[in-house]
Amino acid sequence: MADTKVLLKFVEKLKAKNADWISNVTDSLGEVTVTVPRESIIDVCNFLKNKHDFNLLADLCGADRGPEEDPRFEVNYHLFSTKHHNRLRLKVLLSEDEPNVETVTSIWKTADWHERETYDLLGVVFDNHPDLRRILLPSDFDGHALRKDYPLRGYEPYSLS
Amino acid sequence: MNVAVENLQDQAELLDPSMESQMTLSMGPQHPSTHGVLRLDLRLDGELVIKAIPDIGYLHTGMEKLFEYKKYQQGIVITDRMDYLNPLGNNLVYVMAAEKLLDLEIPERAKVIRVMFCELQRIASHLVWLGTHALDLGAMSAFFYAFRQREKILNLIEAASGGRMTPSDVRIGGLMMDLPAGFERRVNQFLDDFPAALDMLDTLVTGNTIWHSRTQGIGLISAEDAIDWGLTGPCLRGSGVDLDLRRDNPYTGYETYDFEVCVEHDCDVWARFKVRMREMRESWKIVRQAVARLKPGPTKADAPKVVLPDRDDMRKHMDSLIHHFLIVAEGFNIPPGEVYMPIEASKGELGVYMKSNGGPKPDRVHFRGPSFVNLSALPVMSEGEMVADVVAIIGSLDIVLGEIDR
Repeated sequence: MADTKVLLKFVEKLKAKNADWISNVTDSLGEVTVTVPRESIIDVCNFLKNKHDFNLLADLCGADRGPEEDPRFEVNYHLFSTKHHNRLRLKVLLSEDEPNVETVTSIWKTADWHERETYDLLGVVFDNHPDLRRILLPSDFDGHALRKDYPLRGYEPYSLS
Repeated sequence: MNVAVENLQDQAELLDPSMESQMTLSMGPQHPSTHGVLRLDLRLDGELVIKAIPDIGYLHTGMEKLFEYKKYQQGIVITDRMDYLNPLGNNLVYVMAAEKLLDLEIPERAKVIRVMFCELQRIASHLVWLGTHALDLGAMSAFFYAFRQREKILNLIEAASGGRMTPSDVRIGGLMMDLPAGFERRVNQFLDDFPAALDMLDTLVTGNTIWHSRTQGIGLISAEDAIDWGLTGPCLRGSGVDLDLRRDNPYTGYETYDFEVCVEHDCDVWARFKVRMREMRESWKIVRQAVARLKPGPTKADAPKVVLPDRDDMRKHMDSLIHHFLIVAEGFNIPPGEVYMPIEASKGELGVYMKSNGGPKPDRVHFRGPSFVNLSALPVMSEGEMVADVVAIIGSLDIVLGEIDR
């Protein structure tokens, strides 16, 4: 397993900057996950990008924990640095009633399509996104296909006409 | 109303209606140079591209949803269908994510074979890219020579796994089976012939003056922009960023191989072309080293609850038969946890996010396809270029729609 000491140093720096930015830290399987409150995701991303060279957003994806869970949705940000090659995962937890989180397209442009995909398949809304439309499914599709309560074969056969 | 037409109207509202000299051209989804079913809404002023909006999703088949309903070992078959030019890389990344969650150690021979397969597949993928990219720009002959070489690689993959395009040969805990007899000789034979074939492709394309004028100074993207837009792989290295996950986040023993990371600084279609042409030679070097390292040994990990037993064992040992039955009928549980596993696929960083809640099926599998992210930067590269150059830029991104739409 990879050594996570270097990654935990970034967590320490985040804590030193503002303790409210972190609600939980897990260190398992050589990967560090920092759970961030919804309100501070922009500040945390800006801090990590500008001060610690996490200049590439490798991936952004959502997950549904199931309709009975609260918070139900999670959004994972996989940060990568092209300089020191470290990876860090940020996680934001969202409730079903208010699945909104601020967009990070202002920090990494690549977040644009990732956020559209997450919105399309899971129904997580990214506030202030410049162009939040469906990307993979047709614009008149009903529901969000990757939610756990969405049946595998859909509610009814989909027709293009 | 037709959905495509409805989308067009949605997007027309995003465009600036004030300029009357402009027209909207819907390029694709059947356009032969869009490498599948990609549609581009091009807003043109004469032949100049003012705005390009990619429209994807025509091939969406809900693969990420399907993963949640399939056992871990059944998911491998789905990954073949994503980036169908690089199936062994897709197998590898999915399998490695599961192995990381299981904390499984893989035997040395299996690692070497995985590296050999991945690099052969990378050459095959780059050959398809070269052939189609050249064909798009009117250089027809390179296509035939590139596909002839690719056919030889597919024959090798078929000999080892039984499938040409859908090998599913990399399995959780190792490989489906050991290499067939005489495989090393066949790989060496291919390797002996390949440099000459690559030299010929070089004379056909690389030295061609028409090729230079079609590719140089086209589709520019600076290093900062490339990182901002999340480009990876040859597209990023073509913008002068020295990053290769095989060297920087090594996996399956890549750190022990000797190869060069190809970087070009021109930031255009020509630079991305040169990176891939050089990469084929580097992959050739890695395959040579891997073949030399092949020593007899097991190709499956010693984990009877996860890895299917050999047929021979099943006939002789009761417990092997029981394990086989349990793995096939019920699957195996993976401890709860989440991982993000990135590899350097032929098109860039192929990452898989896998989340397990302890059962035999994953809770969530997400693929970060390099084609998906690279395509999202297409508007930046193509705005301000000619329509004919958009074809060159799409070719230089080396996209596969099967992976973009999933």
